[in-house]
Amino acid sequence: MSATDGTPVLQAQALGRVLPGQVPTILVSDVDAVFAPGSFTVITGPSGSGKSSLLYLLGLLDRPTTGELLLAGQPTGALSDEARAGLRLWHFGFVFQFHFLLPEFTVADNVMLPMREAGRLTAGQMRARARALLGALDMPDLETKRPDQLSGGERQRTAIARALANDPAVVLADEPTGALDTRNGRAVFTILRALARQGRTVITVTHDEALAAMADRRIALLDGRVVADGAASSFLRSAG
Amino acid sequence: MIPLALDIAFAHLRGRKRQTAVSVLGVMLGVGIYIAISGMMQGFHTYFLRQLVESNPHVLITDEVRVPAAQPLQMLHPDAAVAVRRVLPRDPVRGIAAAGSIVPALDRMPGVTAAPMLSGQLILRRSGRDYAVSALGIDPARQGKVTSLAQDMVAGSLAALARETSGIVLGRSLAAKMGVGIGDSVAAVAAGGRESTLRVVGLYFTGLEEQDLLRVYVNLVRQQSMQARPRVVNQIGIRLADISRSIPFAARIEGRFGYKTAPWEETYRRFLDVLALQNWIIYSTLGAILLVAGFGIFNIISTVVLEKGRDIAIMRSIGVASRRIVHIFILEGAVVGLLGMVAGWALGRLLSLALGRVPAPGAADPTQTLMIAQSWWIYGSAGALALLAAVSASSLPARRAARIDPLAVIRGAT
Repeated sequence: MSATDGTPVLQAQALGRVLPGQVPTILVSDVDAVFAPGSFTVITGPSGSGKSSLLYLLGLLDRPTTGELLLAGQPTGALSDEARAGLRLWHFGFVFQFHFLLPEFTVADNVMLPMREAGRLTAGQMRARARALLGALDMPDLETKRPDQLSGGERQRTAIARALANDPAVVLADEPTGALDTRNGRAVFTILRALARQGRTVITVTHDEALAAMADRRIALLDGRVVADGAASSFLRSAG
Repeated sequence: MIPLALDIAFAHLRGRKRQTAVSVLGVMLGVGIYIAISGMMQGFHTYFLRQLVESNPHVLITDEVRVPAAQPLQMLHPDAAVAVRRVLPRDPVRGIAAAGSIVPALDRMPGVTAAPMLSGQLILRRSGRDYAVSALGIDPARQGKVTSLAQDMVAGSLAALARETSGIVLGRSLAAKMGVGIGDSVAAVAAGGRESTLRVVGLYFTGLEEQDLLRVYVNLVRQQSMQARPRVVNQIGIRLADISRSIPFAARIEGRFGYKTAPWEETYRRFLDVLALQNWIIYSTLGAILLVAGFGIFNIISTVVLEKGRDIAIMRSIGVASRRIVHIFILEGAVVGLLGMVAGWALGRLLSLALGRVPAPGAADPTQTLMIAQSWWIYGSAGALALLAAVSASSLPARRAARIDPLAVIRGAT
């Protein structure tokens, strides 16, 4: 998947998600959005507005009930679960509010997990890449530590390193600073912005206004619908 | 670097050391008991069959005709559709005709030894008590080559029976029951009422209680005289160098001489059927033990799946294939099964060695111990069943793990 040929990496076309039930719950409704390579987008909105649900749809973790999601121009709606898992492995990196690191594995092992599943690199290459990723995230000496020996910020940076393991085109983060203090939260957002500058498409859910201002673009949701979509700086002005 | 699924499987098992150890112990006990009991049962069967088969001829020709002779109408019209019903073969009253030529003919065949015999009933009298027995008139020299009678002698000898034409060889159990020993005389009454006095020249012991109590051996000529059937032979016992060809050999002999010729498999069919049933029951029980061990594995894997739901969800979300998730948990079961199998082999070996020191009940030789069979088949089947139980037990929770919806877990955690 090229990040520089001008084709949108992700394109949501009238994307909708309704939870079935006696009273159907609308999670996401009629979202149209295009995500270009190298863009850093934040999705904001009050609790229950559908931010995470939209992120899961964009990351092929959930299937839309209406509309279509295009990945590098290709529709993804008809893909099998395993095909979607394969796309997630190769093209997406996920960072969640909680780090979700495997507790029995070391930091390096956690980072190497997606690489081992992909099976593209040798053991030596995987170790070298994990070391390089951890070094870039300012964690050079923590490879052999286990998650329970790390601080909250270190765990989240480990999760970011894992998300970058297979050099994905898209990085999706769901409230990645939710469990961190202000300093660490800012550090994580700085890393995410840097990833966008490297040409990756970064989409983050947050409810932190200050951090949201660090993004290039902001999509605001209310009741599953997009109520605003524009440059993050314009939101600050309107808020001011 | 070990495969990812195995690495995670090891990590999960290391995280639950005590439960893993208990599951391994369950498999170990199952495999160990399987090996010990199978070995003891197979050893017992081998011993019993060997005693039964070796103390009797491998193939027995009797003066019975199973296939009736062709009827005159069939002979007259060999190509016609003639069916004559309810034709029974006539039993030869004079025993096996031309036994004198059949025995040398058999002797000339390679790997075949034959001995003529005359069976008949006798009543033995001693101290006012009667004992009904089956008497076998034998040629002592030949009989020693056809059966293990010479080796089964615990007192006296077959040679004495050859020298002493009025001699009799009794089973040790019968002799004890009658209160007689070597050199004692017993009165014998044949079916026709003819009474003789026989002198005990030998005692044998096969370990087969019924045979030791009910069968006696007398000189063939003496038996012919007592039964009033001079020069008659109604059985020919055959020993084969290769016991495995008894069935085709018997069929060939019956086809050639016309008399019923039964291989040992036919003679002891009922006994073999009982052994087969016994095998079935014991292996079912042993299988059930391994099944219980499988429940232990099911329990630990199910618990791990429950505990590791979040880890499974994150692996699925980053793109780990569902088949890899299945592999992780099946490998966990297989590792427990494998460890249990190896430990069970060691336990089974130790149990077998211990059982092999237990004195064999009722053996002629007091130093004889239980015969415990040890074979690759026993160890292999125990291991294969243990692994099968382990993999089967883990496959159910493994599939459940692969069906975990990552989104449901991630949503629940945030």
